[in-house]
Amino acid sequence: MNWILLLEQTLNGFQLGILLFLLAAGLTLIFGIMDLINLAHGSLYMMGAYFAATFTQWTDSFILGALLALPACMLFGIILEKIALRTLYTRSHLDQVLATFGLILFLNEFVRLIWGPIGLDIPLPQMLSGSVELFFGIHYPAFRLVIIAVGIMVAFLLYLLVSKTKVGMLIRAGASNRQMVSALGININLLYTVVFGLGAVLAGLAGLMAGPIMTVEIGMGEGILIITFVVIVIGGVGSIRGAFVAALIVGFIDTVGRSFLPDILGIFVSNDIADTAAPAISSMLIYILMALILAIKPQGLFPPKGA
Amino acid sequence: MRNTPRIKIITLLMLSLGAIPLIADSIDEPFYTVLFSRMLILSIGAVSLNLILGFGGMVSFGHAVYLGIGSYVVGIGTFHAFEDGVEWMGNGFIHILVAIAVSALAGLIIGAISLRTHGVYFIMITLAFAQMFYFIAVGTEKYGGDDGLSLYMRSDFAGLLDLSNDNSLYYLNFAFLLASLYLSHRLTNSRFGMAIRGTKSNEERMKSIGFPVFRYRLVAFVIAGIICGIAGVLSANQTDFVNPSVMHWTRSGDLIIMIVLGGIGTLFGPVIGAVAFLLLEELLSGITEYWQLIFGPMLLLIVIFARGGIDGMLVALDRWWLRYSVKKNVEDN
Repeated sequence: MNWILLLEQTLNGFQLGILLFLLAAGLTLIFGIMDLINLAHGSLYMMGAYFAATFTQWTDSFILGALLALPACMLFGIILEKIALRTLYTRSHLDQVLATFGLILFLNEFVRLIWGPIGLDIPLPQMLSGSVELFFGIHYPAFRLVIIAVGIMVAFLLYLLVSKTKVGMLIRAGASNRQMVSALGININLLYTVVFGLGAVLAGLAGLMAGPIMTVEIGMGEGILIITFVVIVIGGVGSIRGAFVAALIVGFIDTVGRSFLPDILGIFVSNDIADTAAPAISSMLIYILMALILAIKPQGLFPPKGA
Repeated sequence: MRNTPRIKIITLLMLSLGAIPLIADSIDEPFYTVLFSRMLILSIGAVSLNLILGFGGMVSFGHAVYLGIGSYVVGIGTFHAFEDGVEWMGNGFIHILVAIAVSALAGLIIGAISLRTHGVYFIMITLAFAQMFYFIAVGTEKYGGDDGLSLYMRSDFAGLLDLSNDNSLYYLNFAFLLASLYLSHRLTNSRFGMAIRGTKSNEERMKSIGFPVFRYRLVAFVIAGIICGIAGVLSANQTDFVNPSVMHWTRSGDLIIMIVLGGIGTLFGPVIGAVAFLLLEELLSGITEYWQLIFGPMLLLIVIFARGGIDGMLVALDRWWLRYSVKKNVEDN
């Protein structure tokens, strides 16, 4: 086994896990507090990437572009919540799935209309586009390290926000008992808007950081949205801690599985069979993991309290 | 109530569906036969999903998986019949039997695990299973992987039916649609169907009365899978092409849209919905390339405002008609 490759892939898995966490944290909060299944969360991720691409073009700087894209995402998310999603909070999950599915269709076409059908690239500044030498002489792309660093920082800030501040207290209270929070005179609508805006910023952040390493294209949010759902379901819907643990597990298994499964399978069956079966099985790994976990713990690893 | 406008409209719809190939032939537009053939096939899929989603309240977000299974049974069968000369693998009866067996098995496995969960977990785990099957298809290079398989022949019904004729295929689809509607009607009005409907409105109560809820649901889940698997067999014959996108998760979403658009938990709702969905797609994409820009918000508005779907509107029409005719009777006397 190639240890340097394993280490690199572990870092890649960690980096994917971080992106997944940014998406999952917002999605799980929105579900936990508003009881809303938002399929359009992946579209916010896409919007983040497109905003960043445009602003980077205007300002000639990825950093400035990214800094401008974040408030744009928040604004976009808040408008979306006010216009379309607000009426869905009290509806059945089926209605929510359908309505937000309609939103995905709309937003994909909207992006195609504005930015055209061809994908965009986000150019990185010089200092982020190179690679950094880590321990044992491993070279690793600097930007991926930045993603990991930003992600850990955001996770930490989110932890502080949720567990140490008054807003965080309301968020936690909202997640465990909505009626009681509004009965106590808290402006629950404002809280909803804040939570949705927060989720939109996190999703946009994930999108704009994914932009430079993947292509910015229509439908980029859908693949990752489904994986994000796997994450929040494995972690236990509504739990940020669960989302964090599950995101790292899923990121790791997906990335490392893809590069090492042929070798691992090769131990048990002939190389030919391993090479043909491995691509299909490695794409399925996280779904198998999810099915296994739900078969044992139907409410995920960290089930929400009081549910 | 007999002969209300709603019943008349639905009868008219079913009769017109039966006459489409004749009309299309007489105006020399065979395209319509193909378009409506697709509607029939998706109607069968929607009717089957409606059994568990509409009547049983199980929001399965992976129902297109059975369309995929049925399609791949035909794809793989005709592939071997054509390439390797294994004649029995091109036989349509065998396609249907195998599709039923595989769909039932898949439904049993998916259902046995998924039905242990509830709410959003159920939605997501059915989606996850559909993704697994999708990736199996994408990863199977032998049968075309991502690109899929072209069918060089359609299912062979041993001289009974010649499916290379689009009209024969249309009436085969129509027959299966009528059969699935009849089955749906009988099932939902049977003791079994009542129990399933009961679990939708109050699962705990059904359990305490002594119904084995899990087993009932699982059986319904498997039946729905089987019917949709047959729709998959028809679908592959219709398109002469099989690829993983038949079971893409958006396909499962489309099936749900059809049900809600037509009228959830009603007998003919899924058929109305499938016809309306494809007609809308056809019309809107004729107006603008960006048709989903209109269709997306429309979906949102339908969910928010028109809760009973099109069938719900017809029921409202009936109520208005009833009031109108009573008033007219009173005035006339």
